[in-house]
Amino acid sequence: MDISVIYYLVPSLIMFCCGVYGFVTRKNMIAMLISLELMLNSVDINFVVFNRYLFPGQLEGMFFTLFAIAIAAAETALAIAIIINIFRASKNIDVTDITKMKF
Amino acid sequence: MFSNILIYFVVIPLIMLAGLALCRNIRQIRAVAVTGSLALTALSVWLLLDYLALRAAGETAPMLYTGSWSWFGPLNINLSVGVDGISIAMLILSSIILLTGSFASWKIEPHTKDFFLWLILLSTGVFGFFISIDLFTMFMFYEVALIPMYLLIGVWGSGNKNYSAMKLTLMLMGGSAFLMLGLIGIYYHSAPDVELRTWNLLEIAQNGAISQNWQYFLFPMTFVGFGVLGAMFPFHTWSPDGHASAPTAVSMLHAGVLMKLGGYGCFRVAIYLMPQAAEDLAWIFLILTGISVVYGAFSACVQTDLKYINAYSSVSHCGLVLFAILMLNTTAMTGAIMQMLSHGLMTALFFALIGMIYGRTHTRDIRLMGGLMKIMPFLAVCYVIAGMASLGLPGLSGFVAEMTIFVGSFEAGMADYLAGEGSLRLVFTIIACCSIVITAVYILRVVGKLLLGPVYDEHHLTLTDATWWERTSTVVLIISVAAIGCFPNFFESLIKFTFSPQIFAVIGMNYK
Amino acid sequence: MDITLPLLILVIPLFMFLLLGLTGMKMSHKLAGTLGTLGMGTVLVLSYITAFTYFFSGAPEFISQAGDRLQLTVFNVTWLQFSESLVIKLGFLLDPISAMMLIVIPTISFMVHLYSLGYMRDHHGVYEHGFQRFYAFLSLFSFSMLGLVVATNIFQMYIFWELVGASSYLLIGFYYKKPSAVSASKKAFIVTRFADLGFLIGILVLSYYTGTFDFMALTSAPVDGIANVSQVSITTAEGIRNIFETSAAPMFMGASVLTWALVLIFMGGMGKSAMMPLHIWLPDAMEGPTPVSALIHAATMVVAGVYLVARLFPLYLMQEAALDIIVVVGALTAFYAAMVACTQVDIKRVLAFSTISQIAFMMVSLGVARPEFHHGVGYMAGMFHLFTHAMFKALLFLCAGALIHAIGSNDYTAMHGLRKYMPITHITFLIGCLAIAGIIPFAGFFSKDEILTACFGNSTVWYIWMSVVAGLTAFYMFRLYYLIFWWKEHKVHNPEHAPHDQPWTMTLPLVLLAAVSCVAGFVPFGTLVTWNGEPMYAYEGFLTNLKHLDWSVASISLAVAVVAIIIATVMYKKENPLPAKMKNALPALWDWCYHRFYWDELYQFITHKIIFGCISRPIAWFDRHIIDGTMDGLAAVTNKASVAIKGLQSGKVQMYVWFYLAGALLLGAITAICLM
Repeated sequence: MDISVIYYLVPSLIMFCCGVYGFVTRKNMIAMLISLELMLNSVDINFVVFNRYLFPGQLEGMFFTLFAIAIAAAETALAIAIIINIFRASKNIDVTDITKMKF
Repeated sequence: MFSNILIYFVVIPLIMLAGLALCRNIRQIRAVAVTGSLALTALSVWLLLDYLALRAAGETAPMLYTGSWSWFGPLNINLSVGVDGISIAMLILSSIILLTGSFASWKIEPHTKDFFLWLILLSTGVFGFFISIDLFTMFMFYEVALIPMYLLIGVWGSGNKNYSAMKLTLMLMGGSAFLMLGLIGIYYHSAPDVELRTWNLLEIAQNGAISQNWQYFLFPMTFVGFGVLGAMFPFHTWSPDGHASAPTAVSMLHAGVLMKLGGYGCFRVAIYLMPQAAEDLAWIFLILTGISVVYGAFSACVQTDLKYINAYSSVSHCGLVLFAILMLNTTAMTGAIMQMLSHGLMTALFFALIGMIYGRTHTRDIRLMGGLMKIMPFLAVCYVIAGMASLGLPGLSGFVAEMTIFVGSFEAGMADYLAGEGSLRLVFTIIACCSIVITAVYILRVVGKLLLGPVYDEHHLTLTDATWWERTSTVVLIISVAAIGCFPNFFESLIKFTFSPQIFAVIGMNYK
Repeated sequence: MDITLPLLILVIPLFMFLLLGLTGMKMSHKLAGTLGTLGMGTVLVLSYITAFTYFFSGAPEFISQAGDRLQLTVFNVTWLQFSESLVIKLGFLLDPISAMMLIVIPTISFMVHLYSLGYMRDHHGVYEHGFQRFYAFLSLFSFSMLGLVVATNIFQMYIFWELVGASSYLLIGFYYKKPSAVSASKKAFIVTRFADLGFLIGILVLSYYTGTFDFMALTSAPVDGIANVSQVSITTAEGIRNIFETSAAPMFMGASVLTWALVLIFMGGMGKSAMMPLHIWLPDAMEGPTPVSALIHAATMVVAGVYLVARLFPLYLMQEAALDIIVVVGALTAFYAAMVACTQVDIKRVLAFSTISQIAFMMVSLGVARPEFHHGVGYMAGMFHLFTHAMFKALLFLCAGALIHAIGSNDYTAMHGLRKYMPITHITFLIGCLAIAGIIPFAGFFSKDEILTACFGNSTVWYIWMSVVAGLTAFYMFRLYYLIFWWKEHKVHNPEHAPHDQPWTMTLPLVLLAAVSCVAGFVPFGTLVTWNGEPMYAYEGFLTNLKHLDWSVASISLAVAVVAIIIATVMYKKENPLPAKMKNALPALWDWCYHRFYWDELYQFITHKIIFGCISRPIAWFDRHIIDGTMDGLAAVTNKASVAIKGLQSGKVQMYVWFYLAGALLLGAITAICLM
């Protein structure tokens, strides 16, 4: 059975939508970060899939995905560091309450 | 590149900047500032003599000491330099004012080093502007001269300094937005051929490729752009507030030199490159500048702050510069350049003196002072001399400049009138002549209230007269003012060649 | 002619000004005063040599074969070149009137220098504050005035015209701590500046059409730098007439451009010479030290306007309308000033108004002069009167200075009956009064008589009018004389401090000037100064002038003067109620005269209420509120707009995502629709 590209894309889309939904509804920064990761990973899947499907002989998509994963890791580390600092400062990581740096 | 003498007008300020960065105390800072500006003055005087010698030897090129170095090939941006009599006059003016300004800010506090850094950066822009003949570098130097002004006023100013600094910078930036548009437009129409497009003034003038319709669009853009800096009505309101808040040296440099950038630019870019539009659209700007002349003078009559009086008087005098340029005839234009020189020196003298008086009395309100002649005779006498120069006393610079302008403008006005082209020029010339009376009114009002009469405030009796550095600064300026006033033919011959028929033929201008 | 002397005449005063101005404060008072006086003395000698050489040497460069006096440019240096033909030159023109002025100016100036050595110190011999400055300014003034009279072109004249204005400003405001002096100096400068505006525009018009500033080119035909004044009407004048009448020169508001130019130039003269309505500065100018009033505001600077008209006289002759305007202005001013002088209390004011009136005499005289009548006797008479008036009016002012110095007040009510205490001053003042009243054989008689003759030649109306003014002159001068020296006994509180004659530095000039006033009338002016250089009659010894007198006119004017003096004697010699009765009989007239016909109030109203109140203040308000308001408004609108939309930048990431999603979906939808 030939697994068509749609089989990869649909879960990826679901994952992405979950990520979007989580990002816009959750107020907890950690939860938002997790949602963000979900979106990122769904995009990674797309990269790999399209690479495999459209240019089977090349690896650019794969590499890009690897980069994205690495950057996502760094970004997560940074974000968590910021969140921890915010938590230290205000005992709270609810995104609607963090208004100190607003205009 | 370094074999061209003109480059040193930018190199010396840059060296000064580097030197200032290394300075450790105020003595070193003063030493660097004074040495550097002395070097610049010497250089400009040497240039003047050399230029005159070259001209006497029969050199007829419109610009001398030209040089060009590519900067950004794809857009044909070069660093092109070259000077004629007008630029040299302006270079001398700038260096004298920088020198006297350094003396006037002998005791500037706080952050002395930073103050001088910004001041020198500003003058780098000024000198760069006057030696450039490439529109792009010209514009760049123009911006270099504008930006430090914000900090200089905002940090070292007095009174409502944040407001003034912001207002001045924003208005001038607004002007340069017009200017930028105009300059890019000129570039796009600088040559018939796409490959030949150039920013070089002389080449553009020779190509004469800007079509009439485009001139009608680009002339107002550039004229207004520079006109804002030249305090043209109704874009002059930055000037009273800006001057009032600026520290002494900055007022001097700004009124003395930066406002001249406007007049110089109007002549060099707007009129030089787009003579057709200049002739057809002159009436609009004649009305505006004519209004500036009397409007500034009348406003000055009722001000009570010394700096406001002088700022409005600058509006009036600088209005006369643009007014004369728009007459489009040799005599009036020569007068305009002389007026630029004269007003530059005279107003710098005024601002220096106001700064010195303010430094002692801590007020600039003429209602709160009186009888200073008795307390500080040196400063008071200098103030009277500056006032006399301003109201056009023969023997000082104001008279020769104004008379040259009036004679030239009247000629242009009568020529128009007799040719049946309307009497606008004539009428506005006569209106502008009226300014000599109004100037007398406000100058004598200040002299009467501030210097003469009984001493107003008993506390002022303990104040001291000028110190040696203040004396140096004012005496240098007074000597310059008197030199122009006593030997005007020398300056006239320096400027004359630029307006000679050959040059007018080169730029295809309608020579009257 | 050798240029050394003329050059020195100009350079010495300028040098003295710079020397005393820059280093005077370091010098002792005495040294500064002596230096200034010596400098002026040198100039006096040099000018006399130059003028006498011009008049009497008979050299061919000064006088032609036919006996006509010539114009000569001694030197002429380019100062500023406007265009090919319009060039301002600084030079030295020698002709009858400039040579005459070379006598008048240094004479009076030297007398004043000498006199001030005594006047500018108090009774204990302590010098006034700023004594050195005073001498510096006097030198500056002398330089400017000499430069003015020897001007070779109209622009040089304008330059020095401005300079005398400035030195007058400085000298009127000499007592700068006194607010009244400050405002008087300001007023003098601004009023004359306003007049100079007319002068300037007149010069511009004239030079545009004729293409030259040069007096010789404008008024005569120069040959190698020497001009024959009598060729005036032949070549150049015809050329100028052609320019104005036949070529492109248009009529403007019903008068030819030349008339306009000449009237505007005359406006400059009106300002300097204090003609109505620009006379208001002169009475106030008396705030300056009295020697200054004698030098500047009686003898020299105020006649600059007369000199200007005389200089351009051939041009004025071409436009008789302009001359008529001069006559009308002069006649009105003469009468007005004489009326006002009859009521003033301050002796310097009386003299000031008398000066205005006498200058108006000169103006009228120039205005009525026509070559057809007695070789243009009016021109000669005007210049003659300028000369004699300078002498006796300077004398009167210096006497007034001596009185003020002795009494310490300007007011005649503080004087009365001084004849016993100050005999020298008394006699010299009397001579001055006799001279100005026109009593034979004093100087004023001859010149005033010539003026009346000239008026008679023009029209009987002006003759009668000016005779009345002459009578008024005699009346108010003797009123002043009696009120100072007679009226009643002087009250002396302390015999040790009784008023007395002043030191020799002050009395010597009085005596010298009085002597000159006695004999100046016998100078045969008709052979020396005429409008075209041609002598009016031959010189026939000392009594030439008497021989050429028109006795019908002279006897009438003499009678008028004598009657006026008798009236004054009756009214003022002894204390009596007659003057008060006169005053109460015509209170309104007296009031108007006393308040100078409210001209000052009118000007006050115009400048303060109209210029300041209705023009300057509204403009300043307009600038701050409308123009600046617009700019601030633009900034405020930008600011408001930013505030209004800054809510969109909520900082809530989730909001942004919603917006982003909506946008992305919208874009997607649009793309989809477009693709379908």
